[in-house]
Amino acid sequence: DRIRRAIVAKMGKPPKKKNLADKVRKTKTSAQIKNNPFEVKINRKKFDVLGRKSKHDVGLPGVSRSKAINKRKETLLKEFRLKNKANKLIDRRFGEYDTKMAPEDKILKRFTLERQRTQARKDLYNLNEDEELTHYGQSLAEIEKLTDAVDSESDSEEKGLLSAELTAAHFGGGGLLRKKPSEDDDDGKEGREKPKTRQELIEELILKSKQEKRERQAQKEEAQELTEKLDQEWRSIQRLMAHKASRAEGSEEPLQPKLDDYDVMVRELGFEMKAQPSEKLKTAEELAREERERLQRLEADRQKRMLGDVGETTQAPSHLSADDLNDGFILDKDDRKTLSYQDGKWNVQEGEDEEGVKDSHEDDAEGDDEKDDDEEDEEEEEGVEGLSDLDSEQGSGADDEEEDGGEEDGAEQTPAKDEVVSQEERKVMQEAARAELPYTFKAPESYTDLKAMLQGHTSEQQCLIVERTQKCHHPSLAVGNKTKLQKLFGFLLEYVGELATQSPPELTTINAQIYSLCQLFPDATCKEMQTLLSDNAHSMEETIEVKGRAAFPGLDMLVYLKIVALLFPTSDFRHPVTTPAFLYISQALTKCPVVSLEGTLSGLLLCCLAVEFVSLSRRFIPELINFLLGLLHLAVPSDPCAGYRVVPPFRQQGKARELLLVRDPEASYSWRKKPLPLTLTNILTELQRDHYRLSVLHTCLDLVKRCTALYRELPSYQQIFQPIRTLLAKHLPVEGYPTPLQVLHREILEDLPESPSQHAPLVFEKKKPIPLKLLEPKIVEVLDYGKKRGSTKEEKERERLKHKYKREFKGALREIRKDTRFLAQTKLSDIMSRDAERKRKVKELYGSLATQEGEWKALKRKTQK
Amino acid sequence: MALPGDDNVKKSCTDGKRSASYKETIRTKAELVLQSRKHANELFDVLEYLQSEEENEVIFAINACQKIFCALMERGDLYVGQLPKEKEILEGDRDVVEKYKMFIRHRYNDCIELLQDCMDHEAYQVKESALCVLMKFAVVEGKHSLQEQNWSEHSNFPFELIEAVVQGLLSEKEDMALLISRFQEFLEMDDVRYYVMSSFRNNINKVMSRNQQAVLPVYQSNVFTLLTSINMPSQDSEITNFLLKQEIAKDWKAAKLKHHKRAFEQMWLTFLKYKLPASMYKKVLVILHDSILPYMNNPTLMIDFLTAAYDVGGAISLLALNGLFVLIHEHNLDYPEFYKKLYNLLDPSVFHMKYRARFFHLANIFLSSSHLPAYLVAAFIKRLSRLALTAPPTALLIVLPFICNLIRRHPSCRVLIHRPSATHVPCNDPYVMEEEDPAQCRALESSLWELQTLQSHYHPAVAKAAKAINQPLPEAEDELGKLLELSTFELMERDLKNPRQSVPLEFDPANGLLQSPREVVGMHFSLE
Repeated sequence: DRIRRAIVAKMGKPPKKKNLADKVRKTKTSAQIKNNPFEVKINRKKFDVLGRKSKHDVGLPGVSRSKAINKRKETLLKEFRLKNKANKLIDRRFGEYDTKMAPEDKILKRFTLERQRTQARKDLYNLNEDEELTHYGQSLAEIEKLTDAVDSESDSEEKGLLSAELTAAHFGGGGLLRKKPSEDDDDGKEGREKPKTRQELIEELILKSKQEKRERQAQKEEAQELTEKLDQEWRSIQRLMAHKASRAEGSEEPLQPKLDDYDVMVRELGFEMKAQPSEKLKTAEELAREERERLQRLEADRQKRMLGDVGETTQAPSHLSADDLNDGFILDKDDRKTLSYQDGKWNVQEGEDEEGVKDSHEDDAEGDDEKDDDEEDEEEEEGVEGLSDLDSEQGSGADDEEEDGGEEDGAEQTPAKDEVVSQEERKVMQEAARAELPYTFKAPESYTDLKAMLQGHTSEQQCLIVERTQKCHHPSLAVGNKTKLQKLFGFLLEYVGELATQSPPELTTINAQIYSLCQLFPDATCKEMQTLLSDNAHSMEETIEVKGRAAFPGLDMLVYLKIVALLFPTSDFRHPVTTPAFLYISQALTKCPVVSLEGTLSGLLLCCLAVEFVSLSRRFIPELINFLLGLLHLAVPSDPCAGYRVVPPFRQQGKARELLLVRDPEASYSWRKKPLPLTLTNILTELQRDHYRLSVLHTCLDLVKRCTALYRELPSYQQIFQPIRTLLAKHLPVEGYPTPLQVLHREILEDLPESPSQHAPLVFEKKKPIPLKLLEPKIVEVLDYGKKRGSTKEEKERERLKHKYKREFKGALREIRKDTRFLAQTKLSDIMSRDAERKRKVKELYGSLATQEGEWKALKRKTQK
Repeated sequence: MALPGDDNVKKSCTDGKRSASYKETIRTKAELVLQSRKHANELFDVLEYLQSEEENEVIFAINACQKIFCALMERGDLYVGQLPKEKEILEGDRDVVEKYKMFIRHRYNDCIELLQDCMDHEAYQVKESALCVLMKFAVVEGKHSLQEQNWSEHSNFPFELIEAVVQGLLSEKEDMALLISRFQEFLEMDDVRYYVMSSFRNNINKVMSRNQQAVLPVYQSNVFTLLTSINMPSQDSEITNFLLKQEIAKDWKAAKLKHHKRAFEQMWLTFLKYKLPASMYKKVLVILHDSILPYMNNPTLMIDFLTAAYDVGGAISLLALNGLFVLIHEHNLDYPEFYKKLYNLLDPSVFHMKYRARFFHLANIFLSSSHLPAYLVAAFIKRLSRLALTAPPTALLIVLPFICNLIRRHPSCRVLIHRPSATHVPCNDPYVMEEEDPAQCRALESSLWELQTLQSHYHPAVAKAAKAINQPLPEAEDELGKLLELSTFELMERDLKNPRQSVPLEFDPANGLLQSPREVVGMHFSLE
């Protein structure tokens, strides 16, 4: 009963009021208080700032003071009262000091305890009497009798029933109810007949609070049930799938501990890829538009870099594989199981493994056939191990496999895919597969590995090999793949270099692979190319230091330079690879004297590269013009008074003079325009040499023409080309040349003006005028008032902390003062009350004495009378 | 005494044993010679070995000779004074001891001649030991002079011996650089150096007159190597290191810096008097200003040589500039039309030469005077910038700050980059490149459009340097020192070493080696 009472008290009864103000305040709602002008203190603002919200424009000093006082009463006063007191009052009620417990739980627990206690003591021998429930000391039964009929009707009977049932079911702990279920039932029936409104109310209250908890539990149980069910089902399926595994286990390694299938499954399911929403397919126009936008964006980036806008760090274009379809589909994990060989045997381990997952039925059927196949058995074993490894990669791979299944190229996957393939057919296919290229390749660990891998294949096959190697080792597949591919790039470069040094050079189209690898690892590629350039440039520099000149770089270096142009944008203002490449070309063009026809070839190749490098940016390369002039100079018959000066490495007069002078005038009739070879191999006859000379001249003139087009806008256009013009106009024996050369010659001369173009004199760029010194006071906008502004970050932080400390300190001081004041007040009131008590008692005593005296006097008077 | 017949007998006797152990033979013979005068004839056999075919035998014989003659000289067994002819020895009325001494002296002279021949031997070891033994003889001979006492000139320094050594070193046939570097150790000694320098003149004159003053590259390069290996002392007090440790006579020339300098001067002037090969010309000019001129008593004597070199043109002129500068600067040389010549020195090759750094260093000094007329400076600026259109990037990185510095020093030249009066009125370039006189080339009326052109140079550093003229130049001059020695590779390394943030990539995918979107190579070349 006591507990019941306590519950009710907690719910409804307000705490005892201490003083009048509090009482008033408590009785009023907060709205009332806020509206009371006597309660509200308005903090006047000095300036009204629009749009600023202040938290402190209205204060409720009374409220806050009473709050503070209350708080003190709860803490400080208690401490004060207990000061110098050794004894302590301990509340032994259940869970009184347990803050974690919900109040409802507390109540319930206390109630049970109470009941148990009374039960154990009083009702030990009480057989039929139900205990009497009380409220406020009154018997509930009696109260219920007093309830009016309307009330009972308003509560539905069903509700009553429900509550009774639920209490029985979920409150389980109710000792009484459990002891006598039959009685309980009876009680319920009784309850139905005569509604117990109050009890129901209480029960409902408890019910509501428990509702959520119960539901949660129920859900959990349900889930567990479902899991179990699933497990059961899964196990049945698994038995089918893992058929072979179990067979292998059974036959060969019975000792191997059986795996907890459930664990395996759970983890595998955990790693299973969730189906993801796919993007809607784009129309052709959309694709085209996107591609155009992408190109436009990249072009804008390039332009920016060309102008040397270093302020903005442009992002490298995201990787696009060479065979990207631009459909937004990115093959994250290209884990297609591909055919490979191990020790000359067909290695179908992984494919088989997945097949096992997919086509367990077929495997069952084929089981007998496969038994005699040793390879298969081995692979199965490995398959088991793969399972036990719980390799996430493999798990996801398997899923990938299943998902990708539809899209995959049937031809590539035939051996792994074909489901109803008989043993014979399989064998035939294996033969065919052996004949063609394997689908996976180990990433080469060294250059010799790569060479061994590519040896004996045609260039197309080599491309395919590299492409497949690259695909097999996509960085997203395994941790080490990135470095492997980076290495592969280095080896490929080396390989291309070596191909170039062979005679005749066979340069295959492996460059597409180099390009896509470069897109994958720009940094590594950059480093690789830089080392190449730096090494070559260094050796050239050394020869120059010793001899003062150098030989032309080999074809491999020229190919590397060409690759640089393919991989990196040559139009950038500054670029970690192309700028050194420019310098390398420049160095070669200035320091390598042309002494032979081979030299002209290398030089021309360099010139072509230089023109190609600047074809977008139109940057000026003096060395290029010098070199072209020098080459043309070699085609001019010796003439002491030339109207131009050639620049080193060429000499006005020298050994290689007239190197390009056509010896036989008849040669120009038989000359046909055709591209030059990359290396000059055994030109035998004089006629061939003359043809070659004409080709070189043709290229030379064409390059000059391109240069004139490139540099037309330069202010010194005429000065730059003046020597070439003089040479072409006055010295070159153009009459003996074939028509295409003559045409080129005429076109160039038309392009080159005889008189310099006119230019405005130079002036400085317009600058923003420097403002005059102002004598007015300088008005600085202060955006954050009252904030200390330190110069550095540390200073600011220091300043902030100082300020905070100060504020805290002040606050603490104020609190302490308030505490002492409160204590003093309490002490004073204590003394006052004590004094008043004493006064009252003294007065009482005096009063009684006075009455005693009076009585005595009256008695005396009476007797005297 | 020695009879030719005896020699032959002995030689034939020894011939058999020769192959067995030449060492033993030589040693015993040497000991015999030293033991008693009776066996003096054994010397012939020892000397015979000096002409041997076997390298080892020669070396061993050389050492034996050293031992024998040093010991003999110590004993005073060598004839002192004017030596009569070999045939006269027997004729004269002399006592046996005197005859013996004369005989030994003759053998000693033979030995020196043979050693001189040895210095032309193809094996370096032989050359080296011959040289060392000769110098050793010089030391011993210095102590026990073989001349009549004659203190007046050379004290008792064996001048003939040194002359012989120098003659040996300055071979006309082969490059003696290695032996000369070995000899350098002796040249550290002041008296040796002095006498070597003195003997030079005779040698050069002799050889040159014999060859009708033609160019002898090998001989001259040997002379040059020996000349350059001479390290002159800079003060009197530094002359303390002598080969002959003896009391220094007061007026001994080898102890006076003045005489050293004179000998040095004479030596060089004699060398430069004759026609030199072009490469030698350059080498001389390269070292002229800091290892020749300071050690000459009268550097102005070099004027003829330098002006001749300055008029040659090309690289040689540029190199002569340095020597001329020293003369102009420190010795008040007045050179007419110096700046005009300097102006005409500027041609495209200036930027491609090895001595580019030196030239710009000097040009910087010559043009640093603020008293130069504006037209002159403007002409230089304009010409340099015109030539810059053909220069490699490393040279551009020198010449662009150089031009900016010139404009800073001569504010009246600022019109070249800033002519506000005639804005936006296009005109032709009035500058006349072909004009040789800087006063007439109308550079001051022009503008530096060339630098504007270079603003679109392919190298970012050059483009940036050229863009400096777009704004008013800041007060402080650019430091040229660091840029002068910049090589292409260093320039390249700036980009290679630079920690990069991002590496932009080409976005046009490549299909093949010669199939890029802007293909030029593929238009003219084919892969086949």
